[in-house]
Amino acid sequence: MSDIVNGLNGRGLSLVPKSDAKQSMKDYKSDQEVRWCPGCGDYAILAAVQSFVPELGLKRENMVFVSGIGCSSRFPYYMNTYGFHSIHGRAPAIATGLAASRPDLSVWVITGDGDSLSIGGNHLIHALRRNVNLNILLFNNRIYGLTKGQYSPTSEIGKITKSTPMGSLDKPFNPISLAIGAEASFVARTIDSDRKHLQSVLREAAEHRGTSLVEIYQNCNIFNDNAFEPLKDPATRDDITLRLEHGQPVVSATKAVRRGPRGLEVVERSSVAEDEILVHDAHDPDPSTAFALSRLDDPAFEHVPIGVFRNVDRPTYDEMMREQLETAVAAQGAGDLSDLLLSGDTWRIN
Amino acid sequence: MTKQVQQLDRVIIRFAGDSGDGMQLTGDRFTAETAEFGNDISTLPNFPAEIRAPAGTLPGVSSFQLHFADHDILTPGDAPNVLVAMNPAALKANLGDLPRGADIIANTDEFTKRNLTKVGYSANPLEDDSLAAWRVHAVPLTSLTVKALEGFDISKKDAERAKNMFALGLLSWLYHRPTEATVKFLETKFAKKPDIAKANVAAFQAGWNYGETTESFSVSYEIKPAKLKPGVYRNISGNQALAYGLIAASVQAKLPLFLGSYPITPASDILHELSKHKKFGVRTFQAEDEIAGVGAALGASFGGALGVTTTSGPGVALKAETIGLAVTTELPLIVVDVQRAGPSTGMPTKTEQTDLLMAMFGRNGESPVPIVAPSSPSDCFDAAIEAARIAVKYRTPVMLLSDGYLANGSEPWQVPDVSELPDISVEFASAPNGDDGTTFHPFKRDPATLARPWAIPGTAGLEHRIGGIEKADVTGNISYDPDNHDRMVRLRQAKIDGIDVPDLEVEDPDGDARVLVLGWGSTYGPIAAAARRVRKGGGKVAQAHLRHLNPLPANTGEVLRSYDKVLLPEINLGQLALLLRARFLIDIISYNRVRGLPFKAEELAGVIQDVIDSE
Ligand code: SF4
Repeated sequence: MSDIVNGLNGRGLSLVPKSDAKQSMKDYKSDQEVRWCPGCGDYAILAAVQSFVPELGLKRENMVFVSGIGCSSRFPYYMNTYGFHSIHGRAPAIATGLAASRPDLSVWVITGDGDSLSIGGNHLIHALRRNVNLNILLFNNRIYGLTKGQYSPTSEIGKITKSTPMGSLDKPFNPISLAIGAEASFVARTIDSDRKHLQSVLREAAEHRGTSLVEIYQNCNIFNDNAFEPLKDPATRDDITLRLEHGQPVVSATKAVRRGPRGLEVVERSSVAEDEILVHDAHDPDPSTAFALSRLDDPAFEHVPIGVFRNVDRPTYDEMMREQLETAVAAQGAGDLSDLLLSGDTWRIN
Repeated sequence: MTKQVQQLDRVIIRFAGDSGDGMQLTGDRFTAETAEFGNDISTLPNFPAEIRAPAGTLPGVSSFQLHFADHDILTPGDAPNVLVAMNPAALKANLGDLPRGADIIANTDEFTKRNLTKVGYSANPLEDDSLAAWRVHAVPLTSLTVKALEGFDISKKDAERAKNMFALGLLSWLYHRPTEATVKFLETKFAKKPDIAKANVAAFQAGWNYGETTESFSVSYEIKPAKLKPGVYRNISGNQALAYGLIAASVQAKLPLFLGSYPITPASDILHELSKHKKFGVRTFQAEDEIAGVGAALGASFGGALGVTTTSGPGVALKAETIGLAVTTELPLIVVDVQRAGPSTGMPTKTEQTDLLMAMFGRNGESPVPIVAPSSPSDCFDAAIEAARIAVKYRTPVMLLSDGYLANGSEPWQVPDVSELPDISVEFASAPNGDDGTTFHPFKRDPATLARPWAIPGTAGLEHRIGGIEKADVTGNISYDPDNHDRMVRLRQAKIDGIDVPDLEVEDPDGDARVLVLGWGSTYGPIAAAARRVRKGGGKVAQAHLRHLNPLPANTGEVLRSYDKVLLPEINLGQLALLLRARFLIDIISYNRVRGLPFKAEELAGVIQDVIDSE
């Protein structure tokens, strides 16, 4: 079992100034009226975030929420922090410039499945590989909500929507597989209805230094209602939810994951000995097992891994960028404009 | 043998060869020697977009033109007095630009049957009388170089490659250039390969000696130093000046510079240059695409940096949506467009002024953006500072329209005294601005500039949200109110229209010209040189050059109306003319060429004279 060795874990917020005053959820509610459809899963996520961030004890003015376009991207308006509701798909790029130049900020990207995986797919994968200190919350409702119900890049094949009356043809992305494929340093999945789990994942993401991607299954009760119902229904959820906890066996109430001859397999829990069950190692620098875990979820919801797939430590882009500036100053002294302009061949005319 | 020395007041040399022949380096070195000597200079590199087009072919020809004089000059010159042709392709590609009587120095070693056939010569032009109208100096540059380097511990290939230094040595002798700096340069450049360094120095000296001894050159030339304004000078290209200008802007604005950029010809050199200056706190971010480049720059601006993105036309097209976001969120941003020939990929290494209307209007909605266009390579420095001044003072994206000609061309630049650069710093918002003393209104404007407060994250009490959705006046809350939208559209326009720009100046030495020749951007040099020619010939013409294209100087209409005729040469199909006609209802006379090349002074002089004569 690998462990985080160089002590970077928990440094995600180390450069962000702490608040002196005790904070509560109310401090983080803006004065704007929340305008999602009644019953939308976004409400639960907003409440979970607003009630969890005071725990971080950061100065509120040093938190920034950046979003793209879509229902979820209205999120920043409701947080009483700094916020930037940008354009479709581009939030990771904007947040990258902000986080790379301001180490004292806790920067959060709020995005949806269309925003981050379709129009903004390029920015997402590059943010993940680059590892700037950002937290990306991907609200996945498997539908386009704001444009009134077209299929999205995470909709299941054959989805009947306004733009696909005979069913959608393209294979969906698995956001977790995609993120691990991009070698993201922190990848997790949680669900809007399980506030406790959601908050524990957010906490871990905030403390992680580097880009964290948290996929949140979010119900769109208008255009794709009950998309994640089997994970919420008390009759089924405990059977299909494979909990991922570092150092713990990967199991649901009735199922277990073990290494089979052709990779990971899900078997009846009663059919395997305890020591055959895969023990989750979120800190494994090799992403292969995390990737294999991400392949275990299936559209039919027979079993879905939930939790932190991967949480590894690797250098962050913003930190290295700062180091280069410091190295340059240490080696050559701070820049002098006059010296710069007079560098190279010069001559004097009298 | 004593050779005759002739005095000249100016010379235009073009070095031409294969992309692999090192013509750009040769030109750069000759420029450096000439700058050191004290002539005024203007240069124009011209190279193919392909890194290594097939050797010996016409598309593979790379050239470097340099104009130097004993007086101040404005352009790299129209027609070369001397062509150095390293192979038949170089001769063929450039002969058309060569006036009769000009000198041709041809590398005979490369005029083989095979090379001649490659470019469609059925006979060797050096051997028949097809070049009788020119003075041909047939010099076996390659074999002379190889011979001079016998005994050096280098390969034959390396010896052959030093032929450009032989040519440089010969030209340096021909025009009495100082040589020490080139020797030093070669020693530094090849410091890690001392044998190559020695060989190149030897080839350079052999070229010089060849000039002195051979009979094919009986005359050498002297061009006296120019009388330029006293001061310290350096040679600078447009891209380098622009990069230095951005660093200076960052220092003068007291804001860290953040460049978000994606490689694109001919703008990449700005990214390269800025990435070297980390000790100034300059952050350069090579993004995954053009959109991320501008997005990151805007994000950095939101955080209180001087956000810059550098690109060329195709990149501006991709960045349009983000520029619109900067317009509506009213954040500072500098967008550098080093224009190149379009549409689409066009001709990446060739110049054009065809992005003006895109800079003006290339976004959805009413989204006015100020535009600044430098007029010469060294002016890119001041133009960058001016763009930054407008961006931070008015919290707006600003388009800085350079082009391929300015970017790669170079000229001597009188290095400014840093203490005389303008202070362009502004204050971040630090306290609530609401009447109640506790509320912060992110869109409450400064009554004089109409700029909104720049409140950066980390400032307690000013937490606020901005975005692309229409904002209510003053509060910045989301608003779909029709009247509010109408007001905000007009406020954003009024803010840009109200930017303080200096008046348009007119140069009219006679004071009674009836024809005005107007220009913008990189056409300044050719237009000014043409105006001089016309005046020398007794014609009367006034000249004015627009540096601010949006907003236009307040006196623009008045200036244009005070002449009978206004002539406007542009390297596009009349984009500024369209704007001026619409705005001032003046019937501008357009002159347009879009050949990917700058105007020639002679050509424009003819056009000006025609307009005067038609009076
Ligand atoms: S359309 Fe769907 S996702 Fe959008 S606000 Fe309504 S319920 Fe939520």
